Amino acid sequence: MILTLTDVTKSFGALKVADGVSFSVPQGQALGIIGPNGAGKSTLFNLITGNIAPNSGRITFLGQDVTQRPAMARVRMGVGRSFQIPQPFEGLTVYENLAVAASFGQGRSEAAVTEDCIAILRDTELLRLANTQAGALSLLDRKRLELARAMATGPKLLLLDEIAGGLTEGECQALVATIKGLHARGMTIIWIEHVLHALTAVVERLLVLDFGKVIALGAPTEIMASKEVREIYLGMEA
Amino acid sequence: MIWLDTLVQGILLGGLYALFAAGLSLVFGIMRLVNLAHGDMIVFAAFAILLITQTLGLHPFLAALIAAPVMFALGWALQRFVLNRVLGKDILPPLLVTFGLSVALQNGLLQGFSADSQRLAAGPLESASVDLGLVTVGWMPLLTFATAIAVIVGLNQIFYRTALGRAFRATSDDPVTASLMGIAPKGVFALATGLAMVVVTIAALYLGMRSNFDPSIGPARLIYAFEAVIIGGLGSLWGTLAGGVIIGVAQTFGAAINPEWQILAGHLAFLVVLLLRPRGLFPRAVD
Repeated sequence: MILTLTDVTKSFGALKVADGVSFSVPQGQALGIIGPNGAGKSTLFNLITGNIAPNSGRITFLGQDVTQRPAMARVRMGVGRSFQIPQPFEGLTVYENLAVAASFGQGRSEAAVTEDCIAILRDTELLRLANTQAGALSLLDRKRLELARAMATGPKLLLLDEIAGGLTEGECQALVATIKGLHARGMTIIWIEHVLHALTAVVERLLVLDFGKVIALGAPTEIMASKEVREIYLGMEA
Repeated sequence: MIWLDTLVQGILLGGLYALFAAGLSLVFGIMRLVNLAHGDMIVFAAFAILLITQTLGLHPFLAALIAAPVMFALGWALQRFVLNRVLGKDILPPLLVTFGLSVALQNGLLQGFSADSQRLAAGPLESASVDLGLVTVGWMPLLTFATAIAVIVGLNQIFYRTALGRAFRATSDDPVTASLMGIAPKGVFALATGLAMVVVTIAALYLGMRSNFDPSIGPARLIYAFEAVIIGGLGSLWGTLAGGVIIGVAQTFGAAINPEWQILAGHLAFLVVLLLRPRGLFPRAVD
């Protein structure tokens, strides 16, 4: 197991945003997370990356207890993340965004990461924009940069937060193909997504979150057929 | 010719104000921290250089070389152990802490060095001048201006050519995201304040060689620094130099008309720029 959450709980005041969450992700698996807005999906990512600390419970990554480790230490261990709303360093060029992520994320010199950064830019179709200021990018390119920058930190586990949201169908297909390629090369992925067909095209397992609780976990076909999930998430009458 | 001379003197004086402002601009640009003790830190560094020249009998330039790493360490520690704890969404706590620091520094210096006016003795350099044909300028103002340019070029090289500089800029953009890229924002902030204190030491060196100083003059240096930064536009170091030059020129022209108008003229120039260009002359595109 590359990542294991055991009974992780987090409250903001009276609101429980993670309520006894337990699950594991084996090496090389792609896990999809779905749930209504406000179900605690992004909070779950913040707990895994270390941006917020749980009130109780345990998070282990690569066999080590990381519950109390700061975000920076987890990045260096191999937790990479993209944001729902792209947050590039706007004052830096596309290449510099990757160079910062690669050199600090992996503790290597900038000279040593240049080749890797160029390869990632090529994979994510950003090479032609390498010297553009990140603040000037279109939405699709910002999403690509989110993915590229997360890749540049040298992740063993890649967390994708609604990366397909807001894209046209064609753009979405292109991004899905890129993510599929990463997964085919062995990358472990946890992916939060509302665009279900994009998600189910890649993931082997689906986790359903509602009010901070895991309400279902299993194969996508199984989950999508479940009556409970259809009621809560898809809002359909069973 | 007198007006040309006044203009040149004003431009060169601007170099000193740019030196005052560069450290302030650096700290504000990276961590949005307004350091109200900046002027007092310059005065503190000037006394540190004075102490080294007196005890070791060194020239101020050599004394500043010794003071710079000490100031770097003090700046690093101040950020690491004090200012990092109060940085957050609320801008009031860091303001209060640096204000308190300002009061403490002034009184500490008063206690240690008395209210006597001091000066760093630079020897023959103080009065040496060079004839440029149309105007004659002092070596000291010329050296101050050249140093200001060197400091700005140096800082820009660090910002745009080094991994540390990219970390500064990335953290300045978004500290939370930076931490997810493996950057430790608090460590970056500590290095930035350390670097700012090196710039403060350089500013102190020229302040002390060019004019008298005593423990009470810090706040006025802070005002000049602020005005230079704001005239130039937040985040632009070359803008800061331009801001310093504008204040310097306004002051020398004010003084040429009536010696009592020197300070006032600088502040008026600042007000005029604020009225016409509230975001400064060279604001950053993204802010």
